Amino acid sequence: MMALSKKMLEQEPSDLEVLLPWHAAGTLSARDARRVEEALAREPELARQYAVIREEYAETIALNESLGAPSARAMQKLFAAIDAEPAREAKASINRLPHVSGFFASLSPRALAWSASLAAVVLVLQTGVIGAFLIKNRSSTYQTASLSVNESSVNAPVTRALGPPQDATSRALVRFKPDARMSDIMSLLDTYQASIIGGGQSGLFRLQFNRGTITRDEVISLIGRLQNEKIVSFAAASP
Amino acid sequence: MSATAATDEALLSRIAQGDRLAMQVLYGRHHVRVFRFGLRLVRDEQIAEDLIGEVFLDVWRQAGKFEGRSAVSTWLLAITRFKALSALRRRKEVELEDEAANAIEDTSDDPEVTVQKKDTSESLRRCLTALSVEHREIVDLVYYHEKSVEEVAEIVGIPENTVKTRLFYARKKLADLLKAAGVERGWP
Repeated sequence: MMALSKKMLEQEPSDLEVLLPWHAAGTLSARDARRVEEALAREPELARQYAVIREEYAETIALNESLGAPSARAMQKLFAAIDAEPAREAKASINRLPHVSGFFASLSPRALAWSASLAAVVLVLQTGVIGAFLIKNRSSTYQTASLSVNESSVNAPVTRALGPPQDATSRALVRFKPDARMSDIMSLLDTYQASIIGGGQSGLFRLQFNRGTITRDEVISLIGRLQNEKIVSFAAASP
Repeated sequence: MSATAATDEALLSRIAQGDRLAMQVLYGRHHVRVFRFGLRLVRDEQIAEDLIGEVFLDVWRQAGKFEGRSAVSTWLLAITRFKALSALRRRKEVELEDEAANAIEDTSDDPEVTVQKKDTSESLRRCLTALSVEHREIVDLVYYHEKSVEEVAEIVGIPENTVKTRLFYARKKLADLLKAAGVERGWP
């Protein structure tokens, strides 16, 4: 207490004194906030300074609030510049790595060890199954790796999709009401697990439902729900 | 319909994929604060408007590089500060500081303004405006933008202890300016 008062007289800020502005703004950690509260209760000089700080805090907010907002022209200019930017390719894997590493980081060492052991066992089993399958089907004759024209699948495509076929019917055309707010549109997209993949001309947007493979009935049901949304004026299936 | 709004981080992820709508939402959320922070630094509305265009265009281009180590608002303010200081350098900072000093001296001779100065609130705002760029930015970041010590250190690019002492000396300077304007507040 004496040390604190002495420092204040010398105008050298103490550890707690320099934290007062953050205490006024409510951005201190719980521990520091408690330390400051205790010091304020026992140091009248510090409490006087804190009153001055609260005044500065209020006036700084009032000053900033009085500055107004930028004109709509600023937004128009920005989006014109964005439109002039080269189109970019969508990267589905963006920002996945931090999530994956975050997941593993959240595991306890014991859980991590068990997971690693389990993964090793699965790998060994998988290797055994594949090996047994290859031995069982091994032919005694020589074979090339080229495609046999005698196979029944001669008309089938040589390549195949790695995932389920893209369901072209899982898309919708939507027009939002003029008074729809961006935050409402974003919430709607979240709710329907959908993303805008194109459009914008004449106010019509093309939506893609990102729910994996969905049946035609499910798409019809989703579009029916979309038609009843307050911020949607038109919704229909899109090829 | 869910009332949960997309987080800033989720919006940035969409922006990285070229989602223009997400860009509009992020702009809607942050453009006023970015504008005000820029305006307090450059003191010119036209330059501040140009600044927010530059800041959000950078966001559009760099969204994929955002690592999520800090809040999106902190990242935006750091970009804004960098752009504002570059703009100030172009406009010759010394001229601006002279303008600020003159503004204080000129009004002190006006009897009507002297009466106004008795209004602590008005004087405080006037003196907050007269602080140096270095002091203005730290006062605004802590009081108006409600940034923690760590976040201010990240935005300004200085150690946390320097953040604390810089704000202390900014407040001392503010007290000196107020004293010169005839306002005593009992500190220091």
